[in-house]
Amino acid sequence: MLRTLMPRGKPGHEELSAGDDVGDLSFIQPVSNGWTSQSGVKGTVSGSYNRLVGSFFIVCWRGLAANMPTVGVRRELLFKALGRAYTDEEFDELCFEYGLELDEITSEKEIISREQGDSKAAGASDVILYKIDVPANRYDLLCLEGLARGLQVFKNKLEAPRYRRVRPVSGESQKLIITKETEAVRRHAVAAVLRNITFTQERYDSFIELQEKLHQNVCRKRSLVAIGTHDLDTISGPFTYTAKPPGDISFKPLNQSQEFTATQLMSLYKTDSHLRHYLHIIEDKPVYPVIYDSNGIVLSMPPIINGDHSKITLKTRNVFIECTATDLNKAKIVLDMMVTMFSEYCLQPFTVEEAEVVYPDGKACIYPELAYRKEKLSSEFINRKVGINESTEKIAQLLTRMCLRSRATGVGDEIEVEIPPTRSDVIHACDIMEDAAIAYGFNNIIRTTPHTYTVANQFPLNKLTELLRQDLAAAGFTEALNFALCSQEDIADKLGKKISETRAVHISNPKTAEFQVARTTLLPGLLKTIAANRKMPLPLKLFEISDVVLKDETKDVGARNSRRFCAIYYNKSPGFEVIHGLLDRTMQLLEVKSARGDGYHIQAADDNTFFPGRCAEIRASRSPPPRCNQPL
Amino acid sequence: MYISIYGNVSFVTPNHSGIYGPWGRHIRSLLRFAGLKYGGHRCGGDAPPSLQTLGDVISAELRSSKHWELTGEGTEIAEQGSHEARVFSSIPLEGLAQSELMKLSFGKIGFSKAMSNKWIRVDKAHEGGPRIFRTVENIEDQVREKLLLVQRGNSCELEEKEKNELKKRRLLSEVTVKSYWITKGSSFSTTVTKQETELTPEMIATGSWKEKTFKPYNFEAMGVALDCGHLHPLMKVRTQFRQIFLEMGFTEMPTNNFIESSFWNFDSLFQPQQHPARDQHDTFFLSDPALAHEFPQDYLQRVKRVHSEGGFGSQGYKYDWKTEEAQKNILRTHTTAVSARMLYKVAQQKFTPVKYFSIDRVFRNETLDATHLAEFHQIEGVVADYGLTLGDLMGVLHQFFTKLGITKLRFKPAYNPYTEPSMEVFSYHEGLKKWVEVGNSGVFRPEMLLPMGLPEDVSVIAWGLSLERPTMIKYGINNIRELVGHKVNLQMCCCYSYVTMYVLLN
Repeated sequence: MLRTLMPRGKPGHEELSAGDDVGDLSFIQPVSNGWTSQSGVKGTVSGSYNRLVGSFFIVCWRGLAANMPTVGVRRELLFKALGRAYTDEEFDELCFEYGLELDEITSEKEIISREQGDSKAAGASDVILYKIDVPANRYDLLCLEGLARGLQVFKNKLEAPRYRRVRPVSGESQKLIITKETEAVRRHAVAAVLRNITFTQERYDSFIELQEKLHQNVCRKRSLVAIGTHDLDTISGPFTYTAKPPGDISFKPLNQSQEFTATQLMSLYKTDSHLRHYLHIIEDKPVYPVIYDSNGIVLSMPPIINGDHSKITLKTRNVFIECTATDLNKAKIVLDMMVTMFSEYCLQPFTVEEAEVVYPDGKACIYPELAYRKEKLSSEFINRKVGINESTEKIAQLLTRMCLRSRATGVGDEIEVEIPPTRSDVIHACDIMEDAAIAYGFNNIIRTTPHTYTVANQFPLNKLTELLRQDLAAAGFTEALNFALCSQEDIADKLGKKISETRAVHISNPKTAEFQVARTTLLPGLLKTIAANRKMPLPLKLFEISDVVLKDETKDVGARNSRRFCAIYYNKSPGFEVIHGLLDRTMQLLEVKSARGDGYHIQAADDNTFFPGRCAEIRASRSPPPRCNQPL
Repeated sequence: MYISIYGNVSFVTPNHSGIYGPWGRHIRSLLRFAGLKYGGHRCGGDAPPSLQTLGDVISAELRSSKHWELTGEGTEIAEQGSHEARVFSSIPLEGLAQSELMKLSFGKIGFSKAMSNKWIRVDKAHEGGPRIFRTVENIEDQVREKLLLVQRGNSCELEEKEKNELKKRRLLSEVTVKSYWITKGSSFSTTVTKQETELTPEMIATGSWKEKTFKPYNFEAMGVALDCGHLHPLMKVRTQFRQIFLEMGFTEMPTNNFIESSFWNFDSLFQPQQHPARDQHDTFFLSDPALAHEFPQDYLQRVKRVHSEGGFGSQGYKYDWKTEEAQKNILRTHTTAVSARMLYKVAQQKFTPVKYFSIDRVFRNETLDATHLAEFHQIEGVVADYGLTLGDLMGVLHQFFTKLGITKLRFKPAYNPYTEPSMEVFSYHEGLKKWVEVGNSGVFRPEMLLPMGLPEDVSVIAWGLSLERPTMIKYGINNIRELVGHKVNLQMCCCYSYVTMYVLLN
């Protein structure tokens, strides 16, 4: 409701003499205690203008920027894997075309020096690193091996490898037996073996790094899936995946010199900057998951930590990989990713030794799945969706360059596409269509104008708002733009109201008090704007037309927006007539007459927010806006 | 003295100024006649005495010189000797208790200086407390002598170094003297007529203006700041974007619903329930009202199926989709939630092509910094029609950005849960000489559109960008709080120019 502002609780502002600080606002504070001290996060300006421009219009659409994983690779190793050197510009261009982003060119030294200061960086390596942003659904590009493979295939320099699951030479495959206790905490597990692998320091680092990247992304910080990798020669199957009370689990965890019980580990890792983020996943469970070998050696206590006994070293030749999970589909994807990326370094490249997983009900499954799926679609579909006109053969070639081996079947314009286990992101024909467009080159597609004929309409509420704003500014008032979220105090205590009276919607997870509720009135924002601008010469005349949010059970979500208009006049003398004049002008614009019968009038009202006897309600007696005793 | 804004600028000369030259006396009286002061303030008025009021009666040439002068303390020393000399002379042969010395006004400063000059010594072991003794018989008070030189106007006998040393001790100060050398001007006269400052109605009525001379205006001065209202700069940019959409035939969507269910905000967009965007760290959830209750049930079932099992040509995400998760109320994280509602509505009738847009607030429970707030404005455009292609999306984007004055565009493949293909839009920034991201776009996934009931051959293309970033760049604002919210600088609000988007990027 448009109420003229005559806040109460001020010690006679008439007494201010000419010499007084005209900016002092202390007297306008309604009944209260500090709009001025109300602050929240103090804005420290960091980042230069250039940085700002660099990050530019940040992405609005969900799921990008924040979740885009960044992979750091050594430039020389990458170029070696790609079989040629690129200039930074050339490589940047290649990334752009493929849907990657060369985010930064840096070195370990530079990173340490930036994060910890020059002194710490003294001995660090100054080998050039590329930081490359990878789309969040391309898990196959999260390590040097996958990146190089993808780009080589894209550049037609390599045929996409075929990943094969093989039976062990000895005949007996490794077994992982799941007991039913795991159902209470983390019921799924899958496993595989990388046989006769050769690690170097770089490969080893990349192997560890890929696990970390997968943990952060598809594994949702280990909550969905956790990966454990072990030196198979230090343990002996069959392995048992079970769950036990934390007091009954005891082992020497990775990089520790003594044994701990699971209970002790949880308190030990409370202060660990890395591991403490995963404790909550099992902390409250009655039993913790644990994997033993046939001699009772602990392989891991997922999703927290591996045992020290079976840890991987540079000398490791045979790797046992287990993934425990709450989401089986994701576990399969993660396992496929680990083995497809690193089977390259096995004696028989791109082969993976199977493992058998036995479920509590006795059912057995062989992993990794390494499933190749075949899809058939027409080249007409791709041409039509992308807006190009290519032959069936050409489109099959384009798809093959995206690691989707394809061929024209010869039946009409049909193409058979094989989706490899590395491309779990391809779940629909539209994903295949996109890959064809990427291989064709987005920027080679001719830009066309759709012939969609439509007549534009404004949303009537916004149309009226736009018109009013112009005229209010013309009337000498300046537009403010305040946050829709605020503290409970802002809309209740500070206005002399009870929060229970406000019909406010409440936020369950605010990081600070600034975001406790959605505002139910525009007034607090305008008062705060004035408080923050006390240095401005008087009078201050402000307005805002914007939405507030109110609970409303008739709506599907139980709340609705309400468009409000609020104006404030701030001076050393009250100036009720000024704000009243603005009301009259507004009503004139809205074609509502000033009259007690058919029109609007103001009448005295009592409201805790306002000075007694200095508050009026705006009443209109007919249906045109504003409705009687209703917010405008 | 009163100065009209178009009248003469003040005439103030420093204390030490003087009017010299053959016409000194005349000019002083002329100045008095013109009502101008010619002295008084010790300030840096560099302007020559403004005698424009009198035309070219005289010409004045500024001459300035520097000289050294004693400070108050310096004068005291010149008269009574330096502090250290006075300490020396106050110590009798039998010495003086240190405590006694410190009681003297010059005691403290003089003591340390006299010690460093080795004129005195302290006997700390002396009975009755530390005692000061003379160590030399006579001293030479150089400080005083130097100051006396200056006082007599012979400062040139001192070296610069010595003068600066004394300046550091605040005994000397350097004074700049400005004076004007005045000579006859081209229209020199010993009588002057008073000039009028403003034209009055009387002058016009009587015609007397014809005889008067008027003080010339100072056209170098700024005009008076007017008392006017202003629209908020971000809202002005919003109006511009709105205009562009309307020009392109896009209809505005009703986005006045900040509270949204997870169903419309995420699930209907084929965004899986474990997606990190649905985390407590990214999204504001509501405690009251916590859940949404009404959904189109058959549509909800189709959404459930496409997530958990697939269908509509999709493999799906293969997870256990929960209605309870979809019911959770949130503050919408994007206006695309409204686009989903609108497209669902379109699908419930016989399909006709539509073009929609919206510009409104969205909310993210993210870490705040100078460029990120918990709420910002999202701009979104959507086109639904039969047989739209990726080329069409690029074409529409080209038209849209051309209207912003951005013509050099290129597209990068990207990932977005509800569009496929997805493209980031980059524009070449002439200032930075590089490509910068200006928006995001894509074709909505069939998994989103088909469960709504849209015909299979209908494609929907869409794009989005934020309103704050282009505005910040346009106005060179580094901290978003200066633009949005109550900490806005109202002064700055008044200084914004027309929002010509043509200069938005460059």
